[in-house]
Amino acid sequence: MDFLDAFLNPEIIARYLPALIRAVWVTLWISVLVVISGLALGALLAGLRAYQKRWLSWPIVLFADLMRALPPLVLMLVLFFGLPSVGIILADWFVLYLILTLVLAAFVEEIFWATMTSLPRGQWEAGAATGLSFLQVLLHVIFPQALRMNIPPLVNRSLTISKMTAYGSVIGVKEIVSVAGSAQAFSGSATPLTMAALAYLIIFYPAMLLSRYIENRFHYEH
Amino acid sequence: MTAAQPLPTLEITALEKRFGETQVLRSIDLKVQNGELVFVIGPSGSGKSTMLRCCNRLEEPTSGAIHVSGKPMLGIPRKELDRMRLQVGMVFQGFFLYPHLTALKNVTLAQRKALKRPRAEAEARALEMLDKVGLKHKADAMPSELSGGQQQRVAIARALALDPKVMLFDEPTSALDPELVGSVLKVMRDLREGGMTMIVVSHEMQFAREAADRVVFMDGGVIVEEGPPEEIFGNPKSDRLKAFLSRVSGEAA
Repeated sequence: MDFLDAFLNPEIIARYLPALIRAVWVTLWISVLVVISGLALGALLAGLRAYQKRWLSWPIVLFADLMRALPPLVLMLVLFFGLPSVGIILADWFVLYLILTLVLAAFVEEIFWATMTSLPRGQWEAGAATGLSFLQVLLHVIFPQALRMNIPPLVNRSLTISKMTAYGSVIGVKEIVSVAGSAQAFSGSATPLTMAALAYLIIFYPAMLLSRYIENRFHYEH
Repeated sequence: MTAAQPLPTLEITALEKRFGETQVLRSIDLKVQNGELVFVIGPSGSGKSTMLRCCNRLEEPTSGAIHVSGKPMLGIPRKELDRMRLQVGMVFQGFFLYPHLTALKNVTLAQRKALKRPRAEAEARALEMLDKVGLKHKADAMPSELSGGQQQRVAIARALALDPKVMLFDEPTSALDPELVGSVLKVMRDLREGGMTMIVVSHEMQFAREAADRVVFMDGGVIVEEGPPEEIFGNPKSDRLKAFLSRVSGEAA
């Protein structure tokens, strides 16, 4: 009884449920935006890198290395607390969105690049030999193959980065951890934190099942 | 055949290719007339494949000239090169079908994107070409569901569908199990009957004897000897060709 009272107190659940549901929405839409723009930006960067122009590749590699090396939380803090001192004020949710997108893009770029360079050179040549332009080979021959081969790591990265929306609690984004944390502080009960954990499960467990479906659906023999 | 020759379908002039310090091709001259099947033989490393790959610039020649029906392949902008490549079909040793597309889509992709053919027309043409290589019933199969010989025939259909003026075959049967070689050679023989201009780099000497108009023997990056198959195989002149032929027949026995 004590256990249930501490972690799943019905009264506290009822009191904080509306706020938590709002927080779930915040977590959800920031995650969806981050995943969409991070995948798109990462794929675009890998595509640009394929042109093998030094002035294009060099900044992309630097960007990818930096974004993968630095902890996202540090970047968020620098942006959120640093920029106002030079007169730039960004909304908390935008800082969270921007940094997570850039970090995801960096990983996605590296994932795509690794596969694109590991495809047989004959795939590029077969496309070129049939009169396709470089961009057409990239879009119709190389990318679709790289995408299919990369679905597992891309899905993993997307799930990982979505869970990092929890960092938003540090800069005041009203996502799940932030809202559950304040509720815990006000109520003195661990129940809101349990609710937060359940909320994450409700969001990410179906996402995990969906990813498994996608992996099977697009699997093909080489 | 030499009197009133029109423009050669493919003309290679003074072609040179160096990889760094290594000279792979030196002063190659070769004219291929419309409807001719030229067979290129020679030991590995003799530059046969490199010469073929220079013809559609998968390999960048160091110097020289390549003309397809009188139009230059070299010194043209990439856009123009893409258009010229439509006229030069290529078949690779490793097939290189696109593994994520069905046989039909493999054959329609470049028709749609490079030739800008409407979908219906491209698909009709693709089915026609798949039929020609005996694989119309496999139109919806993925490459992984096809045997090596079938994949190579789809690859031939993919090149043919673009209505090329000349077809380049780069060891088209070397990666195939022996029992599958025949099906690919049959398609090539049909093509020849249909009047397609072809350059074939291959070790299928029997096929060369039967189907080639002319055999070119390369060694050390130069054309050592060329002539009709009965001359090249029956009455080789250079020591290098004699040595090569005896090595090859030794292997076959």
